Amino acid sequence: MRLQRTRRELHTRWWIPALATLALVLTACSTESGPENRQNPLRPKGEYAEKIDDLFGPVFWVSVVIGVLVVAATVLVAVKFRTRKGEDVRPKQTHGSTPLEIGWTILPAVILLAVAVPTVSTIFSLDEEPINPVEVTAVAKQWWWQFDYPRDDNGKKVVTANDMHIPVDRDVLVTLTACDESLPNTVGTETPGCNVLHSFWVPELAGKRDVVPGRENQLKIRADEEGVYVGQCAEYCGLSHANMKFRVIAQSESEYQAWLEAQRADAEVALDDSSDVEELFTAKFQCTNCHTSEDSSLSTYGPNLTHFASREVFASGYYELTRERLIEWLLDAPSLIPMQSDDCRLGSPGSVEGAICVGMPSFTKNPPEGADGQRFPAMKHEEAEILADYLLSLT
Amino acid sequence: MATIEQTTEIGAPAHRGASPGHDPHATATGVPNTKLAMWIFLASDCLFFGAFIATYLLYRGRDKVGPGPKELFDIPFTSATSFILLMSSLTMVLALAAIQRGDERRLRIWLLATALLGATFIAGQVFEFTEFNHEGLNLNTNLFGSTFFILTGFHGAHVTAGIIWLMSLWGMASQGRLKQGDSEKVEIAGLYWHFVDVVWIVIFTVIYLVPQPAAPGGG
Amino acid sequence: MTTVAGALTTVKRRPLLLRRPTKTTGAFSWFTTIDHKKIGIMYCATAMLFFLVGGLEALLIRLQLAGPNGTVVTAAQYNELFTMHGTTMVFLVGMPMAVGIANYFVPIMIGARDVAFPRLNAFGFYVVVAGGIFLYSSWIPGINGVPNGGWFGYTPLTDTPLTAGFLPGRGPDFWTVGVVMLGIGSTTSAINFIVTILNLRAPGMTLMRMPVFVWMMLVVAFLTVFAMPIITVALIMVFFDRNYGSLFFQASAGADPLLYQHLFWLFGHPEVYILILPGMGIVSEILPVFSRKPLFGYSVVVFSGIAIGFLGWGVWAHHMFATGLGPVAISAFGVSTMLIAVPTGVKIFNWLSTVWRGAVRLTTAMLFALGFIAMFTIGGLSGVLHSVVPSDTQQTDTYFVVAHFHYVLFGGLLFGVFGGFYYWLPKVYGRMLDERVGKINFWTMLIGFNLTFFPMHFVGLYGMPRRTYRYDAGLGWDAWNLVETIGAFVIAVSTLIFLANIIVSIMLKRGAVAGDDPWDGRTLEWTTTSPPPDYNFADIPEIEGRDAHWHHKYTEDEEGRLMPLPSGGAAAAAEGDGHHDGIHMPSPSIYPLITGLGLLPLGYAAVYHSFAWLGVGVVVLLYGLYAWAIEPGTEPDESDHGGGAPARVPEPVH
Ligand code: HEA
Ligand code: HEA
Ligand code: CUA
Ligand SMILES: [Cu+2]
Repeated sequence: MRLQRTRRELHTRWWIPALATLALVLTACSTESGPENRQNPLRPKGEYAEKIDDLFGPVFWVSVVIGVLVVAATVLVAVKFRTRKGEDVRPKQTHGSTPLEIGWTILPAVILLAVAVPTVSTIFSLDEEPINPVEVTAVAKQWWWQFDYPRDDNGKKVVTANDMHIPVDRDVLVTLTACDESLPNTVGTETPGCNVLHSFWVPELAGKRDVVPGRENQLKIRADEEGVYVGQCAEYCGLSHANMKFRVIAQSESEYQAWLEAQRADAEVALDDSSDVEELFTAKFQCTNCHTSEDSSLSTYGPNLTHFASREVFASGYYELTRERLIEWLLDAPSLIPMQSDDCRLGSPGSVEGAICVGMPSFTKNPPEGADGQRFPAMKHEEAEILADYLLSLT
Repeated sequence: MATIEQTTEIGAPAHRGASPGHDPHATATGVPNTKLAMWIFLASDCLFFGAFIATYLLYRGRDKVGPGPKELFDIPFTSATSFILLMSSLTMVLALAAIQRGDERRLRIWLLATALLGATFIAGQVFEFTEFNHEGLNLNTNLFGSTFFILTGFHGAHVTAGIIWLMSLWGMASQGRLKQGDSEKVEIAGLYWHFVDVVWIVIFTVIYLVPQPAAPGGG
Repeated sequence: MTTVAGALTTVKRRPLLLRRPTKTTGAFSWFTTIDHKKIGIMYCATAMLFFLVGGLEALLIRLQLAGPNGTVVTAAQYNELFTMHGTTMVFLVGMPMAVGIANYFVPIMIGARDVAFPRLNAFGFYVVVAGGIFLYSSWIPGINGVPNGGWFGYTPLTDTPLTAGFLPGRGPDFWTVGVVMLGIGSTTSAINFIVTILNLRAPGMTLMRMPVFVWMMLVVAFLTVFAMPIITVALIMVFFDRNYGSLFFQASAGADPLLYQHLFWLFGHPEVYILILPGMGIVSEILPVFSRKPLFGYSVVVFSGIAIGFLGWGVWAHHMFATGLGPVAISAFGVSTMLIAVPTGVKIFNWLSTVWRGAVRLTTAMLFALGFIAMFTIGGLSGVLHSVVPSDTQQTDTYFVVAHFHYVLFGGLLFGVFGGFYYWLPKVYGRMLDERVGKINFWTMLIGFNLTFFPMHFVGLYGMPRRTYRYDAGLGWDAWNLVETIGAFVIAVSTLIFLANIIVSIMLKRGAVAGDDPWDGRTLEWTTTSPPPDYNFADIPEIEGRDAHWHHKYTEDEEGRLMPLPSGGAAAAAEGDGHHDGIHMPSPSIYPLITGLGLLPLGYAAVYHSFAWLGVGVVVLLYGLYAWAIEPGTEPDESDHGGGAPARVPEPVH
């Protein structure tokens, strides 16, 4: 009677949840790649990300199999051996079994050994020296990325923000730093100031590598296809960590070189002393306190704007660069990207005297103080338009 | 047959005070509760100091500005206060021996002596701290300042707590409330005191005796 | 020390401030009790309350993330929410919940009348309460100090002084001081557990006869004792950096912020085993009872628990695979991490073998225990995927990690805890929880849990970073996130069902009367009454084997099958005598509460650099300590005419 019931249940019930789980897992993963969102590590687009994916895939499936087996076994023992209320089943009292226990100590150990070997070999292969790499320095700041390209023969380097251009099919060695002359040193030594931890991550090109103040981590990336890849800061770095994105633009070698040339050039539009723009940009709103629009080799507290209009994204790399967005940004940046520029103002709730304000302030809701200690007048829409047009002329 | 699992008897319990009429101090391991607890606490405290010492070692010689240990240390002076602290371990042993013999007068003397030697050590530390301060070393001067003051400071706090403890025991002894039968109380205070001493030996060796790295800024 | 009641014959009336509370019933008695059972209940109630709070925070997080570019909370609030959610769930739910259950049952399971240091036990509880109040007081308007640096508070975000503007508010000040307080609380309770388990075992209760839950708590206590000082040191350094300008993690001064990560995870990884081992212990109690079979391979389960405890110290850097430690180091840490799967797997297989060919009763407790096995395994396997270092550099700081740790923490620890409640609450209150409601509770929990956390594997693998208050539409994450949010609300409903079950069955006393041994249990707690008397056992039991109570009731026939013994030994064992008047339990005391809460003003003194708070704190603390020290552990009892048996008093001092 007991056996009968058990058998019936075996044939009707236990496999339903097991199959359902399996089906769920399969449907979700069988495409192997998931959405094409340009930041999906399951859709690698370069050698190093592929190596990781090739390692992950098999291990993942081994785990799925073990998981399905254990879950199924749990359901099985529960259903197969269940008793009715009041039924007096007197099972054999087994206390253990040394051979079995040795067996299931060794079996996982063997499986893990099989996982460990390719793991270690992949670690070392990813750590090999890059071949003839392009070198880029990524400086992480709250909450945007600055990319420095090496000096040319004239000693001129290129400093850009949020867009990182690389040549396709070539190793790129990214040096990651959180310390930079443009950052205030808060401890009184004669070294560059440092920012907080961030993490450099372009999922389709490579795994992530943290930006650690005081260390110079390096990461090899490589794109096999031209295109735009989305990057994301992956280490919690305060208020706008979520928004701290960037783009990697992989181009053919010649396009890349052309881009680099153009970035090295001086700004096409020089500021004319008498223009409205000059008045707004340097005097009235003192944008030049944190930015430059004239020299693309300068590292500044805010992004270097010399070739601003050539970029795909701006504002922490979160927004595509359009005129409307830019105007919104100039008027009230913290409404687009939350920033501490409100919180640390003198006299505001919980503020601390002398605190450094992080991020672009709002020029309408809470205009900052100029060097003379006077608050700026709120920015008018027309003023923002003038500034936006000026910025968009900086190709 | 009923199988009562035959197992290796690790720490087979002695008969203990759980059942009425027996010595309540007899425990399953034979070690009194308070003493066992103190041992565990000290083991825990080892990691507390261990983490600070590791930090100190990691940051040795990484200062960007001076002053560093070379300019500041007065090894003979600190050796003297260290020796005084070591001596207090001896007096502590004598205090315990006294109470175990039931010699309450000597107990009081040695307890007080131990506390005083400890206090001398603390005075030396206060002097050293002020001295370093005058010569420009603060918590926020350089890594040496941070690590040095925090490590030795927390050790000093441990010694201070020990002194208060010893003085409380001395107070009890003076009122005649510390009898031969209470020797465990002195023993446990002693465990703590010796521990704090041993930790100082490690700290002293690590900070003062291990050869100093190059001058600040140089590496 | 004088512990024999006869030695304290004269009872002087003490001055009012030092007068001893005597009542052991009534509302006020809860503040002065030093009974390990009541303290256990208070721990669990506190943890449950914080579970609701932490859960509420989680619900807000889920609401914000239900769709792209959510606007339920601001970025600043979101950062506070996940920091407080993580901190609450780990330090104010996971640890106190386990400590609470263990407080109640460990002494009973080893045949003791109380813990070794009853007042210290109460003190530990009030320190945890103080820590919780302190952390949450940061939400009072105007204080502007809600922790917002994440539950592991990485430097230099957290240790840089406010003036640098990296992190607004006093969050890390409240966080460091609060967590240090919680650490003091858990360290004292851990020391207490170790001494209790090692020293107060009943005659015959050898280590290898102890219930597995007791074993796991012993391992947990050792892990706590060694892990807490490390995080304490790290937090002290963060606090000094923020407040007194020390430079421990300031790179510009030559320091290395990674040191903090090493210290934190050197604590943090053992901490996750502090959280899971109690759950494993509970499951190891439940499975044999409801399979009518002894635990398969008891010694292997015990030793693998110990092995996990040891190995847990050698893997911390697997939280730092992306920090650039170099290939040799990360290879070593990756492999050592994989190793932990071996002892854990042994447990899983031994549990399954326990149920195999058993006489399985699918009670709610059993369902949760089985759920534990399945869900924890899923979480463990994603853990192993993390240990594959190159893959982890894609997964770390994504929702894949969030999926991993909720599977082990919720699917592991909390499923164990819920199972434990269904299993043990009848003992605690003498009433059964409703089984039908219990099953609804289990199935909604299981479904809600998987709806919430399974899709996190997907979004994580598809690139969704954690700790982000918003994401753009069209990245392929939207639908999954909505499912997760719905799942979270299913969990919330399930939690309410659980609470309703407790209220109706226990508080309103609608549940069936439990009796001493409702489940046909195997261990000592089922020999005493439900609820147990103050002194747990009239006579201290003599232990003759593992599963002590089972041997009162059953034996094995020639083929090794279960065979009931002629007359139910359970009743006989529990009732046999009437001379328990002579048992003296330690008397109630108010000083643990005073001393414990004395840490609260000290906390504010630290955060506000205030001498006024410092003064208050020192006065309260010294008063509490002094009064505590001179108060005897047990007051002599007037009804004791000197002829009764002398008290068995746990060590009275400290
Ligand atoms: C209860 C808590 C708990 C437990 C038990 C575990 C258990 C494990 N954890 Fe987990 N972990 C956390 C809580 C926990 N973890 C938390 C909270 C974090 C994140 C912290 C944060 O960043 O906020 C984390 C993060 C974390 C990371 C870092 C991820 C990252 O940030 O990138 C890693 C990396 O290796 C890891 C690994 C493991 C492993 C290998 C186990 C193993 O112990 C699991 C072993 C179990 C099994 C493997 C299943 C059963 C075994 C079998 C059925 C045998 C057969 C199996 C095989 C052959 C594989 N964990
Ligand atoms: C034991 C540990 C534990 C538990 C149980 C949970 C439970 C839950 N967690 Fe947990 N979580 C963590 C530990 C835990 N978490 C940790 C350590 C982090 C990392 C934090 C960090 O990054 O710093 C984290 C982070 C974390 C995130 C990531 C946030 C981010 O990175 O941006 C998310 C997102 O969905 C999440 C969701 C949930 C949900 C929905 C639950 C649910 O299961 C909760 C279910 C409970 C309830 C719903 C309670 C019921 C409440 C009611 C019914 C309301 C009634 C209220 C009153 C009467 C007052 N958690
Ligand atoms: Cu930068 Cu997160
Ligand atoms: Cu870990």
